[in-house]
Amino acid sequence: MSTLEFRDLWVRFGSGHTAFDAVRGVNLTVASGKVVGLVGESGSGKSTIARTAVGLSEPHHGQILLDGVDVAHAKGSAVHARQRIQMVFQDPYSCLDPRMSIGASIREAIDVTEKRKRRESANYQPLSRAARDARVGELLALVELDPARASAFPGGFSGGQRQRVALARALAAEPDVLLADEITSALDVSVQGTVLNLLLDLQKQLNLTVLFISHNLAVVSRVCDEIVVMNRGEIIEHGPTSQVIDNPQDPYTQELIEAVPQIGVPLFG
Amino acid sequence: MTSLPETAAPAAAKSSRFATVLRTPLGITTIFGVLMVLFMVIFGPIIWGAQSTVADFGQLSAPPGPGHPFGTDAGGRDVLARVMTAARLSVSMAMVATALGVCGGLLIGLLPVVVPRRGARFIVSATGIAIAFPSLLMIMVFSVAIGTGVQGAVLAIGFAMMPSFGRLAQTMSASVAGRDFVLAARILGVSKTRILLRHILPNVAEPLTVNASLAAGGSLIAFAGLSFLGLGVQAPDFDWGRLLNEGLEKIYVNPATALAPAAAVVFVGVVFTLLGETLSRGFGIEPLLSRRPRALQKIAAPKPEAVETAQEDTVLDVRGLRVAAPAGANWTHPVNNISFQIRRGEIVGLVGESGSGKSLTCMAVAALLEDPLDVSAESVRFDGSELTQDGKIPSRIRAAALRKQLGTRLALVFQDPSTSLNPALQVGKQVAEIGQLHEGLSAKEAQERAIERLGDVRIPEPKRRAKQYPYEFSGGMRQRAMIAMGLMGSPALIIADEPTTALDVTVQRGVLGLLKAVNKEENAAILLVSHDIAVVTGLCTRVLVMYRGSIVENVDVEDLIAGRAKHPYTQALLAAVPTMKAEKGEYFATIPEGTVFSTSVAEPIAEEVA
Amino acid sequence: MSETKLREEATSPKSLAPKLGKSPWGGQWGAFLARRLGRLGISIVVLVTVSFLMIRLIPGDPVRNALGIMASQDVVEARREALGLNLPLWEQYLRFWQGLFTGNLGDSFTLQMPVTTVIGQRLPATLEIAFMALVFMLACAIPIGMIAAALTRGGRRRGLELGYTGVSGFIAVIPEFLIGVGLIYVFAVQFHLLPVAGRSGPDSYILPVLALSIGGIAGVSRIVRAEALTVLGQDYIRTARAKRMSSWRIYMRHALPNLLTSSLTIGGLVLGGLIAGTVLVEFIFSWPGLGMTIVASIKDKDFPLAQGVIIVYGLMVLLVTLIVDILLVLLDPRSALKEN
Repeated sequence: MSTLEFRDLWVRFGSGHTAFDAVRGVNLTVASGKVVGLVGESGSGKSTIARTAVGLSEPHHGQILLDGVDVAHAKGSAVHARQRIQMVFQDPYSCLDPRMSIGASIREAIDVTEKRKRRESANYQPLSRAARDARVGELLALVELDPARASAFPGGFSGGQRQRVALARALAAEPDVLLADEITSALDVSVQGTVLNLLLDLQKQLNLTVLFISHNLAVVSRVCDEIVVMNRGEIIEHGPTSQVIDNPQDPYTQELIEAVPQIGVPLFG
Repeated sequence: MTSLPETAAPAAAKSSRFATVLRTPLGITTIFGVLMVLFMVIFGPIIWGAQSTVADFGQLSAPPGPGHPFGTDAGGRDVLARVMTAARLSVSMAMVATALGVCGGLLIGLLPVVVPRRGARFIVSATGIAIAFPSLLMIMVFSVAIGTGVQGAVLAIGFAMMPSFGRLAQTMSASVAGRDFVLAARILGVSKTRILLRHILPNVAEPLTVNASLAAGGSLIAFAGLSFLGLGVQAPDFDWGRLLNEGLEKIYVNPATALAPAAAVVFVGVVFTLLGETLSRGFGIEPLLSRRPRALQKIAAPKPEAVETAQEDTVLDVRGLRVAAPAGANWTHPVNNISFQIRRGEIVGLVGESGSGKSLTCMAVAALLEDPLDVSAESVRFDGSELTQDGKIPSRIRAAALRKQLGTRLALVFQDPSTSLNPALQVGKQVAEIGQLHEGLSAKEAQERAIERLGDVRIPEPKRRAKQYPYEFSGGMRQRAMIAMGLMGSPALIIADEPTTALDVTVQRGVLGLLKAVNKEENAAILLVSHDIAVVTGLCTRVLVMYRGSIVENVDVEDLIAGRAKHPYTQALLAAVPTMKAEKGEYFATIPEGTVFSTSVAEPIAEEVA
Repeated sequence: MSETKLREEATSPKSLAPKLGKSPWGGQWGAFLARRLGRLGISIVVLVTVSFLMIRLIPGDPVRNALGIMASQDVVEARREALGLNLPLWEQYLRFWQGLFTGNLGDSFTLQMPVTTVIGQRLPATLEIAFMALVFMLACAIPIGMIAAALTRGGRRRGLELGYTGVSGFIAVIPEFLIGVGLIYVFAVQFHLLPVAGRSGPDSYILPVLALSIGGIAGVSRIVRAEALTVLGQDYIRTARAKRMSSWRIYMRHALPNLLTSSLTIGGLVLGGLIAGTVLVEFIFSWPGLGMTIVASIKDKDFPLAQGVIIVYGLMVLLVTLIVDILLVLLDPRSALKEN
């Protein structure tokens, strides 16, 4: 349905003396309906890739294509094309506007999406107000939250619940591609599962294309079809999950996998 | 200066917050002050206006007396009447100028959010240049160009306020604009104007209101200053500044002519400040001053038998430890009556989720918790010495011998390596310090030993590195330096509180390996605190599980791995940890929200020591 | 956010450090100085342009304005000619710059002598009290703020905290000229202890310096206390406590160095305000400095003099902020990086 493709992507921060390439020549295709895991340590450039795809950073060089349309240098209609890529962030305490009810946050996303659809096809009939309000409830139910709480403010929700609201808001834009940037790393392990199970369900249900960014290999290995390993701005390994986990080729990947602490496996002989 | 509130309370909570604030002495004083100012502004000229211009030529510069409570000025006019009459002009000019400054400042402050990046950068740097000049200087420039008089002064003070208020609004809106919810709105395609109005403005409005109130006080004072210099209000009009100017000449004859207008300016200035303070507490930007709960009653003296069971090979023996924290007028117990022991050379893990009380436990047994936290215990014995006094662990251990023992025998490694080393001191000096403090080494000897220890924790080129500052170290290196610091003495116990949480896995492995090596070589016991069961099982031999302030399980790692944990919470927690062995697409085990486990211990802990 | 993370990574040994060259600070120093001097240049141009335009923007004829309606047209015309006001604006502007570089700011209307001479005579008096007040302020405010922080940290001694914040907040609200009035009343009117006007013996300095610094002491000590509380709440202070040293050592060795940069920043900020504050204080105490001069010149519509003094005041402030910024970078090289 939707393929996200990075072609020779370079992202540079600063200029002159202090210039620093955070992403260095990345080529990556996230095939339609697949979940691709992007792993690497801090500073490897994995988050930068996601932020560039949604327009929060500018590419220095290269292209980001969504179904063949360059969204990185988006102007005019491509800006709207880019809205089909949505992102969920790491920090549950900063992802929702504290001054807006969660219903209003989702409603805002619905309003924008209706506008976009109208623009995309002239004979699209936008949803009525009532229908939009109903959609807020549907989306909350979709992420397993009580629709009756739509008028509540984020302050009353736990970290895991906030991440689910953020997911609902992203889904309100009816995205084809979802970028999940460390969405559970700020959560306790007991809550993490709830959010990830929901993501797994929704991905299947909506046939989403997902770029799943995480430093946690155990999580990635369970969520993703493919794994991409990054180090210092470059992709050093890319393959099906089982292949990368069980038979890593690159020495850095091997080191990374070996370093993951696992229950029942003493860290040191 | 003013930080943005962490979480905003919904409207209902806010109005009750204001109700609370207005009942505090601060709130009451503010209401009283604001009413006084309003009274003077509205009724001052009505009541005293006529009297203020009547000259009593029989009483020129008369001292206070009947008929003239503050005496008369050089023209024989009643000082009190003049001061009261001047209130309206003084305050209203300040308000107009503030309104001008705030509006202009908001424009400067919020424009960068909506205009293209280059324009935004221009506005920000222009503000930066303007703000370098003190406002009084700007007022002078404006009063030359616009001319002296009320109009000129209002414009001058209003314009001069814009850069500083604008900079404040810029900083605040930029900080909101960088938060994830604004980024999410941008990604959704919400228009810039809407982002400004719906997301940024509501989040900066309250702190800016507070600052506008403070700025109003400032502009009142600026007016008084300008008129005082003769550059503001011109005769025959008069405001407090001009009254002060006239009064100063007669300060020897009738001091009240100068002091009364001065007092009026200070009074209104203070009222504006109090108003800002009240608003700030009402909005929740600053915390409400709550009454502290009564001091906790001392708990019973340690039971002798409890202490006796401590054994020779126990390095840390904790019995009945409680940490109490004030919450409003009451005490809560984030650590509630826990007991555990650590044998010499043992590596014990302490796991639990955020808020379970594990870090507090560590800091409490290290005697590092301070007011307002209250630490009590039946007994805490470290390395043979009792840390409690009358059932409490004091926030400062005073006995020199005990301090030396804690300084050299107890090592600590904290979670965030980027903040736990002092950024202003060389790493080597920080490592060396213990040698000078407790081992009687000279600075040079201590430094030499520090270099040696840095080498021991496998920091390359320790001699050069010792002279560097923490920011020149990577995260893993800093944690190694922390461990080296602990090794300056001869640690019997290392308390490592989430030592690798902030580190990458490959670095984590190195740091954990180092801890393990130190444990082996120095026979130092380790208490490893972590939220990650996998880390704990990979390094420890025994695990304590904490849940809501209690230790609910004390289990050998072998038993834990083999699924022999007894407490349902431990079992659920263990099941929730994802492993790399599971199949792709397999659901994660979860602990359903709202599940409450018992905080009672799965098994008596005392027998574990044997 | 991610950018700072990356930058940190860039300074760590295993990363791409070689890219920055062998002495990374060399390049950054250069970049910092270039940026900082660039800003100084722009600020000076803004200052000069504004004070140039200031007079030209006055509605009507400034010369007529200054000389009054009684002056004959010939006198006005001659004065306009002398000031070059009849030239095209751009030429006036160029001449103005030329004058600046050759030390010619025109002649004062009222004093009948070159503006630069007037400034040369008056500047030392202003610098004296500004400098003394600054030293006195910092010498009092930093210890007071630190002691207040040490005594009231972690919510202890509520009474003292309320008392301190109340009193210091109250004093900080009072502007320097009102403090001046109060000082005159107490020390001169009531007790006849100190002279109230003019610059004569050493005792004549006391009141102006006090008036200039008291408000600052209250305000700055509040900021120092807040900064000190932040520093004392940092993890590295806990590390220091874990070494079981005396409180004195914690404050002096571990907290104080971290307060220096923020104190210096504050010092720079208040110094600008303090230089401006001399205007009011000099007026009250009839102190023969630049402040008195500027007030008189504005009142007497002596525009060349007002212009000259404003430029000098502006330059002093710019110079001070430049010095503070450079000191900050010397103390803490990371601030050069942060500035981006």
